[in-house]
Amino acid sequence: MLKGKNIPLAITFTVGLIMIVSFFIPHRPFGDIEQISLKWYSIIAGFTMLLGVDSLLGLHFRKVKRKEENWIHSIVLIAGFVMVVIAGVWGTIQYGSAFDERSFFTYIYNYFIVPLQSTMFSLLAFFVASAAYRAFRARNVDAALLLITAIIVMLGRVPVGELISPYLPKFTDWIMEVPQMAAKRGIGLGIYLGALGVSIRIILGIERSYLS
Amino acid sequence: MKKNLVLLLLSLTLLFSFSFAQEQASGGTDLNPNAISSETERLGSMLQLSDIPNDGGGGIEINWTLNDSLSNYFITIIRREGNIKKIVASDLLASSGQVRDVNSDENKSNVKDGTEYFYTAVLSEYAVSQEILDYLVCDSLDMEAMTIADANQVYLISDESGPVKSKASWFNLERLTVLISAIIITFLFLLYLQLARKGKELYIRKISGLDAVEEAVGRSTEMGKPIMYILGIGYVTDIPTIAGLTILGRVSKKVAEYETKILVPSYDPVVMTTAQEVVKEAFTEAGRPDLYNKNDIMYITQDQFGYAAGVDGMMLREKPGAVFLQGLFFAESLILAETGHSIGAIQIAGTTETAQLPFFVAACDYTLIGEEMMAASVYLQKDPLMLSSIAAEDVMKVIIIIILLIGLILGILGPGMHIEFFDKLFNLLIEIL
Repeated sequence: MLKGKNIPLAITFTVGLIMIVSFFIPHRPFGDIEQISLKWYSIIAGFTMLLGVDSLLGLHFRKVKRKEENWIHSIVLIAGFVMVVIAGVWGTIQYGSAFDERSFFTYIYNYFIVPLQSTMFSLLAFFVASAAYRAFRARNVDAALLLITAIIVMLGRVPVGELISPYLPKFTDWIMEVPQMAAKRGIGLGIYLGALGVSIRIILGIERSYLS
Repeated sequence: MKKNLVLLLLSLTLLFSFSFAQEQASGGTDLNPNAISSETERLGSMLQLSDIPNDGGGGIEINWTLNDSLSNYFITIIRREGNIKKIVASDLLASSGQVRDVNSDENKSNVKDGTEYFYTAVLSEYAVSQEILDYLVCDSLDMEAMTIADANQVYLISDESGPVKSKASWFNLERLTVLISAIIITFLFLLYLQLARKGKELYIRKISGLDAVEEAVGRSTEMGKPIMYILGIGYVTDIPTIAGLTILGRVSKKVAEYETKILVPSYDPVVMTTAQEVVKEAFTEAGRPDLYNKNDIMYITQDQFGYAAGVDGMMLREKPGAVFLQGLFFAESLILAETGHSIGAIQIAGTTETAQLPFFVAACDYTLIGEEMMAASVYLQKDPLMLSSIAAEDVMKVIIIIILLIGLILGILGPGMHIEFFDKLFNLLIEIL
């Protein structure tokens, strides 16, 4: 008898089984199921965006209302949100699309969002340096091996490496194509089998952490 | 002597004049719009038509082979269904050798299963004009004609090929190996499930990163700091995100037991909603639903670096005692992990993105590498029934290693040492896989 937690378990099992069947049978109606479910997902995701906006604005309105620490940042966020929404709507009315090159919305994207994204991305260089410094300290055999390999690969990837020895770039390529690739494929194999295991556990209802 | 010299000079002059005249003549052919007319006889019925195998129907594959001298020419394909003609593709490079006439989202009945179609190719040296495209599909065009021309060039028309019908397949033969693997692993899984039910003890190796979960939650509680759980920038359809959500359930239960706080900044609203449910259920299961606060699982943004900036800011303000990075991560992985390190939090990371694993290994205290992340939920719960899936995965791994070793030996003896028998066996193995 289907009741309580058995209902979502039965739905998961049925949908999982249908998806597996559709993977092997391209004939209609099975072949179209994946595309149809992706469309359904997109529609649901569109509506959940409202929940996301509700969560974001709700959090910051509360911060402003309670005058919590750094509440001024929340005002900037709310003002930015409202400004972008108005720019998007206005751009659509004025030019037919918010993404039109003449719209203020595109201006905001090109001159606010893109530079901010680039700034965050460029921080990565400094983070790589600090993380590499810690990782490459030759405290044990493993770290020393990592350090030596990293030096060889880095030198093999720049013109000065070729200047030191013409064999260095070739050795770098060998490191990347043989030991590195072997390790990567080994990890990949485990990941795919693991993913298969997770899927079987969820479909058969053994993994119920999403239901608890 | 003088006579000989004069004769030599005369011969050389004649030779140069003749060469110059020939060069002039050959130079002119480059600009001659009728240059390809000499290929007329070669086209014939050049298109090979077939139904696209292993598809859901509504698709025809069109192949052709041409001389190398025509590889830079353009090809236009016309389809005929009864009296209706349609341009399938225009201005394709002749060297591409293949095009598919298929249904699309915009036109779902472009190719109808069971209908007879005929195809013709048109070869041209330059791109086809719109007037010619219109002419090619008009009723007055004689499909028996071998050439047509406009002011710029001559177009060669192939013989009509066909008929061909498309049909839907009932089984995708390309996925037979996947089906066999899935059957084997399901069988092994059910076998170990049965053994576990009968009380057989199944072994799972120690995973330090997961043993540290309790320590991390306990330490944060002692310090009076919250725990931050980052699910990355994956969607709920991604397996690493699903694995991250299952681990979140276990971590949240411990958080509830320790009566501390968990923050889950989310990249995707669907993931946020799912995470809210997972945490709520975990708190309820731990007997502390009163501690659950929906606002602690919040949406940040769907911009990759905007998300990284938002989470970094939150880390610096809230100073969590433990940071969990479990899910799908890309370029933002190190930005998040290094910020977590800078605030002195215990960090337990896990992802299936092999390119991001080195960053996590460098910046975090513990890293779950690939399959360890998938096994985390089982490890934290230690349910014998769930352990059976890990045992089945291990047996499958052994089977794959045996196949790899067989491939290695056959590869050395066959293609390596050129022993024909092993070469055939090696090719057979490749074909099966």
